[in-house]
Amino acid sequence: MSSLFRIEGIAALALALVVAGCDKAADESDRFAPSGPGAPAQRAVALVPAGGELDTTPNPRAEPYYGSAEAVTNGMLIYNQMNCVGCHFNGGGGIGPPLMDDQWIYGGRLDQIYNTIYFGRPNGMPAWGGKLNDEQIWQVAAYVRSMSLPETLARNGTGTPSQHPAPVPRAADENDGWHMPKGTGG
Amino acid sequence: MKTTTVLAVSLAAVIAVAVPVLAAQQALFPLRQSAKPPVPEAVAAADVFTREQIGHALVPPTPEAGRTVAAPAAAPKDDGQWLMPAKNYAATRYTTLAEITPANAKNLHEVFSFSLGVNKGQEAAPLVVGSTMYIVSAFPNHVYALDLTKEGAPLKWSYNPKPLPAAAGVACCDVVNRGAAYADGKIVFNTLDGATIALAADSGKEVWRTQLGDINKGESVTMAPLIAGGKVLVGNSGGEFGVHGWLAALDLGSGKLAWKAYHTGPDDIALIGDQFHPFYASDRGKDLGVKTWPSDAWRTGGGTMWGWIAYDPSTQTIFYGTANPGPWNQQQRPGDNKWTAGMFARDVHTGQAKWFYQFSPHDEHDYDAINEQLLLDMPFDGKMREVVLRPERNGYVYVLDRKTGQVLSADPFGPVNSSRGVDLKTGRLIVNPAKETRLGQVVHDICPTASGAKDWNPSSFSPRTGLVYIPHENLCMDWMNLEVNYISGTPYVGAEVKMKPGPGGHRGELTAWDPVRRKPAWTIREDLPVWSGTVATGGDLVFYGTMDGWFKAIDARNGNLVWKQKLPSGIIGQPISYRGPDGHQYVAVLSGVGGWSGAVVSGPLDPRDGTSALGFVNTMTDLPTRTTAGGTLHVFALPH
Repeated sequence: MSSLFRIEGIAALALALVVAGCDKAADESDRFAPSGPGAPAQRAVALVPAGGELDTTPNPRAEPYYGSAEAVTNGMLIYNQMNCVGCHFNGGGGIGPPLMDDQWIYGGRLDQIYNTIYFGRPNGMPAWGGKLNDEQIWQVAAYVRSMSLPETLARNGTGTPSQHPAPVPRAADENDGWHMPKGTGG
Repeated sequence: MKTTTVLAVSLAAVIAVAVPVLAAQQALFPLRQSAKPPVPEAVAAADVFTREQIGHALVPPTPEAGRTVAAPAAAPKDDGQWLMPAKNYAATRYTTLAEITPANAKNLHEVFSFSLGVNKGQEAAPLVVGSTMYIVSAFPNHVYALDLTKEGAPLKWSYNPKPLPAAAGVACCDVVNRGAAYADGKIVFNTLDGATIALAADSGKEVWRTQLGDINKGESVTMAPLIAGGKVLVGNSGGEFGVHGWLAALDLGSGKLAWKAYHTGPDDIALIGDQFHPFYASDRGKDLGVKTWPSDAWRTGGGTMWGWIAYDPSTQTIFYGTANPGPWNQQQRPGDNKWTAGMFARDVHTGQAKWFYQFSPHDEHDYDAINEQLLLDMPFDGKMREVVLRPERNGYVYVLDRKTGQVLSADPFGPVNSSRGVDLKTGRLIVNPAKETRLGQVVHDICPTASGAKDWNPSSFSPRTGLVYIPHENLCMDWMNLEVNYISGTPYVGAEVKMKPGPGGHRGELTAWDPVRRKPAWTIREDLPVWSGTVATGGDLVFYGTMDGWFKAIDARNGNLVWKQKLPSGIIGQPISYRGPDGHQYVAVLSGVGGWSGAVVSGPLDPRDGTSALGFVNTMTDLPTRTTAGGTLHVFALPH
């Protein structure tokens, strides 16, 4: 009995250590996570390749920016003022990748685009967290998400796209942003 | 011809309307790959000036006064090697090798190839030193040494400089590299993130590494260094990021900074002092690099140096140009914006300026002045004259006196309407007010386009024909100024540009220019912009490549096509020709489309946005249907 007890004790200790480790990791990452409205809703529980299937629901803090004409219009203004246009142009890309197409390197869901803008990316995307406020980053994310919407593409003539961005429908992100909806062809 | 054009345009209009509707019906996510916007209509021939209208020279041609040759001290006897991208300090890119001729070129075949492992724009020239070939790839700037003595030229060594990945975020126009240079047992090259590295040529071991550029300020380095007078000369890129342009000289032995000359700002940092004697009055005065700018704008005013340098050993003088002023929106920087968009002559040992000439004072159209300059001795005004020849981005071939910087002649070689020639009394470009750029207003059909009548890709010169083989573009543009804020490390441009084909509708040309008679001997039209260099040979051939992957040999005397070979990707590199260890003549070139003109493929970018890649995509919408990205060395020879 005593030996069994001892084993249970060690297991319990190990479990406690694991939990403590998790807490520590959570604390660490929280220090660098977006604050305020941008804070992630929950963490991924399973490891998947970046851009692969994620069993998470989108960040609820993105909700106010769906269906909002104000978000995409303000986002466009900030996008131009902050020289995003200098790298990505009006969605076709140049120094940075295109934004008006169907390929998302770091995920095309509104909250994923938010993260890309907030944290930056190693191949040259600057981190805008702390330089733009949370609402501004969400608005730029909404404008970027809008660029590839069929509604936006249809609203704009050839040559200079993305000048009349359509609001981002909630449905646009239902397939994790970059997947084709089931039953549609490309 | 006319009917076809009209049909094509109306068909294109139907497609343009149909695509968004179709896309909306069929899929929520229209694919970039299925988007095929049309190439825009060409600018009319009547909208540009003729050579007769705007070409000028101090005196009429005197061809009987002698034969044009490379400056002798700058072009020593050919030893069959290729030690620097321009072949020699005179930058003639001419080899005396004559085994391959117009008569036998049809027998050329590929003897080996080598993948660079990078599918971005390959603009470099291979080097051949002894029996080894050296190649620098596009970012991340791998260096490869190939053993030419063995079958298939196996890899001798390779070197990975591990540049910062974020460097790609401050490279305006694809992540290109224009090659290495060899001297004193060292292969010297630059990385995109701003390091200059010397490797032992025999082992590939690092000898020294000097960090010159700072990507956090928007600086990158894409040029090939020039090694002259025991110095390694390197300049920065980043004219679209509001950087402060410079040229630096490093000691070849140690890599230590010897001098650094800034291209805007006060005289002491521009290395302008007692030795400075510019020919024209507009370049004389104290601290013009400050006074010709609005307050402090010179600090973010560009004037980078990412192109070519020539060197005259007889006077220990380097000749090179400075890039565009920043931002592109000229209304934010009234003044002549010195010392941007012009050419400096400097002492190679001290960096002190000797003369300066400004091709495009207060540039309004992104006419960087970093193109190649050829040092020639040619007949002018009845006697032989030492000159610098510059096929300039603003559309003119300039011939300047090498000692004084005086303009002897300036003649258009591509479509020009942004200016009406050069006033040879004052040296000043006569700007056409109708094509000046404006805030919030599109100015249509400006020629040449922002990338110029020609961009960086270098010309060659054959002393046998006396002709300069200029690879170039036939493009114009629409331009609108926008207000722009300077945010360190982000683009500082302030313009929306859309490029289009020039008169005739073809987008590229190879012009064989007669510098003495001031006109083309012949011209080849290419559908796509010619973004490769040229090389001329003693067998009277000129080699160049097209952006859809044709590598071509041309008869240097008449422009006849004598051979062509399709390569796996478009060609924007610099061809060379060398003598192999077996004594035979070889021709080498890199394939791998990209650069500013080919970014739509190497990006890849979305052709539905004509403004992307600073407006170049607008006129390259068909390129993704004609070639794919790549990166391969190809070497050709006759059967033997």
